Amino acid sequence: MIPTVPQSSALKWSYRAYVSLFFVYLALPLTVVCAFAFNNSVFPSLPWEGFTMAWFFGTEAPFIGVFHERSILRAIGTSAFVAIWVSGLSLAVGTCNAFLFVRHDFRGKGFLYILMLLPLIIPGVILGISILVFASSVANTLEDATGLWFDGLRPGLILVILGQFSFITTFATLVISARLQKFDLSLEEAALNLGATKWGAVRQITLPFLLPAIVGAGVVSILMSFENFNTTLMLVGSDSPLTITMFDKLKHGSTPVLNAVSLLLIVVSAALGLLSLIFQKSKE
Amino acid sequence: MVSDRSKLGFYLLLSPLLLWLVTLIILPHIGLFFVSISEKIGVREYETGLGNYAVFFNEPLYWRTFARTAFMSISTTVLTLVLGFPIAYYIAKLTRGRTKTTLFLMCLIPFWVSELVRTFGWMILLRETGVLSNVLQYTGLISGPVEFLYNDAAIMVGLVYTSILFMIVPLVTTLDSLDDSLIEAGYDLGGSGISILREIVIPHAMPGIVSGCIVVFMLSLGNYLTPILLGGKDSLWFTGLIYTQFITRFNWELGSAFGFLLLGLSSAVVFLGLKLSRQSLSNTMGR
Repeated sequence: MIPTVPQSSALKWSYRAYVSLFFVYLALPLTVVCAFAFNNSVFPSLPWEGFTMAWFFGTEAPFIGVFHERSILRAIGTSAFVAIWVSGLSLAVGTCNAFLFVRHDFRGKGFLYILMLLPLIIPGVILGISILVFASSVANTLEDATGLWFDGLRPGLILVILGQFSFITTFATLVISARLQKFDLSLEEAALNLGATKWGAVRQITLPFLLPAIVGAGVVSILMSFENFNTTLMLVGSDSPLTITMFDKLKHGSTPVLNAVSLLLIVVSAALGLLSLIFQKSKE
Repeated sequence: MVSDRSKLGFYLLLSPLLLWLVTLIILPHIGLFFVSISEKIGVREYETGLGNYAVFFNEPLYWRTFARTAFMSISTTVLTLVLGFPIAYYIAKLTRGRTKTTLFLMCLIPFWVSELVRTFGWMILLRETGVLSNVLQYTGLISGPVEFLYNDAAIMVGLVYTSILFMIVPLVTTLDSLDDSLIEAGYDLGGSGISILREIVIPHAMPGIVSGCIVVFMLSLGNYLTPILLGGKDSLWFTGLIYTQFITRFNWELGSAFGFLLLGLSSAVVFLGLKLSRQSLSNTMGR
């Protein structure tokens, strides 16, 4: 079934109807989440009680808006802190990995490449518990040996950052490698001929060429870190990131504050995603 | 490409990779395995044995939940493929230019948003006081409020919704690379729509189908949010059991055994999928 081959119009229309139905299915949950952020009622459900902005800006109970709800603001701060660390670390390691896999040939390269891909096929919960178990046993051993405390290896933000970093690095590596493969090596050679040092050529020629991929990978890792749930759930301590806070609130009955947070998340992540796509397109 | 001078550079590049893989992937999983084969016999006293795995096989609740999780993940994968294939084909073959980009973006946007938000949306739609129940009452199809949430069908709807993008993207990529003239040739040679689909389109799309299926299966198997929030009291999910053992019961030995069983199943399915379709991991995942 392609445009150049004629088809019966009944078939064509039912196909189109199916596609439209599918997009309604895609849009429906997000639409209702956004719509109920403006409902003047303490439950995110029908009936519609009228339009309000109280779930964003309200200050009086029960209408406390997002911008005045302490626990949510703190959770957003925690998530941002984690996301910045995770994306910084994964970009650094991902760029090194890309140079290693694209520019070097060595024994065991294929094996290491498969190992590098493994985090993609390990379920997030397992990644979380394995890091939890390992960090705790290291902490126990160190504490027995030295008599000091190693709180950084107990559930908390450091473990959350390490846990998310452990699989987001794979994505960063893949995105940056793909771009590095398209790089024309003669450009770097020209720089070397003109007297640049090896590092100078990489910094002034290769890294600017990689920039769109690095920015794209950075945006993707920030988004993935912000919305990660499974790995974080197993490693979280007393400071919980946004998804964990929202999950706890959701389990104990939801109010439209959650809709308001969700609306903000939808807007920000859609904008970030679109921006990174446009940025990558414009550089190509 | 490797000269003596860049030997140092090579090791500098190799060390972050090794540090990452060894300390965060390899050692933790070896550790998890050792914890799973140790049994607690006293305070900080353990002995090696397969007792935790025996507990799993002797307690019907555990292995039934495991089988249920596996079965529902397989159903999700099949459903996602059947629902997603026509959409991917439509985007790849029947649209061009700006329409194509727009449709593709419309598929992407929901997946940039946290899974929690998507699941929350389904809760608002499906619960007793939710949108669907109210709409059906308004149109007169049902007389009182109906609870659509907290059952297996709700879990399936949520899982398909959460993972369908990971089916559509690889399918669109592979179908895009299928030359229209091959399909035309099929018609010229007298093939019917069905036979062309079977003989030309599906074989060409196989790498996409395999990578889509692997990712969707894995995501469903390892999912925690959707089954816990959309499922009822009886719809247990295996990741939920792992969470209970680790966080609520503090029985890390049994929890690790559960974790290893889940990892084993997920790896086995990935391996089988790759073998059956003669694909390699680097080809399917590394794109």
